[in-house]
Amino acid sequence: MADHAHDDDTPEALRTEALETLLREKGVVDAATIDAVIRVYEEDVGPLNGAKVVARAWIDPAYRARLLADGTRAIAELGFAGPQGEHMVVVENTPTVHNVVVCTLCSCYPWPVLGLPPSWYKDPAYRSRVVRAPRALLAEMGLALDETVDIRVWDSSAEVRYLVLPERPTGTEHLGEGELAALVTRDTMIGVAKVKASS
Amino acid sequence: MSDEPRLDVAGAAAPPRRNGELVFAAPWESRLFGMTLALHRAGLFAWDEFRERLIAEITAWERAHPTRDEWSYYARWLAALESLLVAKGLCAPAQIDACVTALAARPPGHDH
Repeated sequence: MADHAHDDDTPEALRTEALETLLREKGVVDAATIDAVIRVYEEDVGPLNGAKVVARAWIDPAYRARLLADGTRAIAELGFAGPQGEHMVVVENTPTVHNVVVCTLCSCYPWPVLGLPPSWYKDPAYRSRVVRAPRALLAEMGLALDETVDIRVWDSSAEVRYLVLPERPTGTEHLGEGELAALVTRDTMIGVAKVKASS
Repeated sequence: MSDEPRLDVAGAAAPPRRNGELVFAAPWESRLFGMTLALHRAGLFAWDEFRERLIAEITAWERAHPTRDEWSYYARWLAALESLLVAKGLCAPAQIDACVTALAARPPGHDH
């Protein structure tokens, strides 16, 4: 929408609008392309994609093995690929190992399977504290892990994006793939929560 | 970024997007994000060129703001994109400032 609202006249809003105006005048970008990009990330790409990957891994041991061996390829099998998802590594939670993902330098995040990161993921507090004191931070976020659980923190980079394969909760043996996917939240795939048997 | 993110328009078995959330806090954030991806897709820069500047902007901001008040991720993103566009010769700082001034001087209700 070329006539997008200008209600928000903060310095950042004006500066962003100025850049877009200048670049459109130069013909290097057009409003329709920008609109299309935004629509994809607001409406189509999101944690639901990752949830489907997780559910498939839970019900299909062969897929799970492929996923852990080559995350990018196994995720692409389900049709999820694209920018910021070119080099995916999937790390598996077990009763004794808990994985959690961060990007300490900026905000690297696997867009094709999780969409865009939540605000707390980009926050300086999360980015520094999850490395220094992961157990305490996870507890503050509502995930109290036993002292015996080994916490592994994965720092995303330009080269690698991580996705946590959470544990399948007990009591879900009767559920189908779609029902399982509905249990899997974004936070469980970043590693700051566990999947619960009922949503 | 040769690959377009493939859309997932799954059928009846698709769970609702209950774990989705508001992605952008303000319209300018989404314009900025969309513009950055569109420019990258048009081949005007490599993603790592942008990422390096984003990291530099975030690091500089965190050094300058030890208490981290008024943190805005997309404000850092904006600074990174602007510096990249200037470095690429696509925009000049004075040109951007002039455009901002002109936009700010618009009468109220200009957009409706």
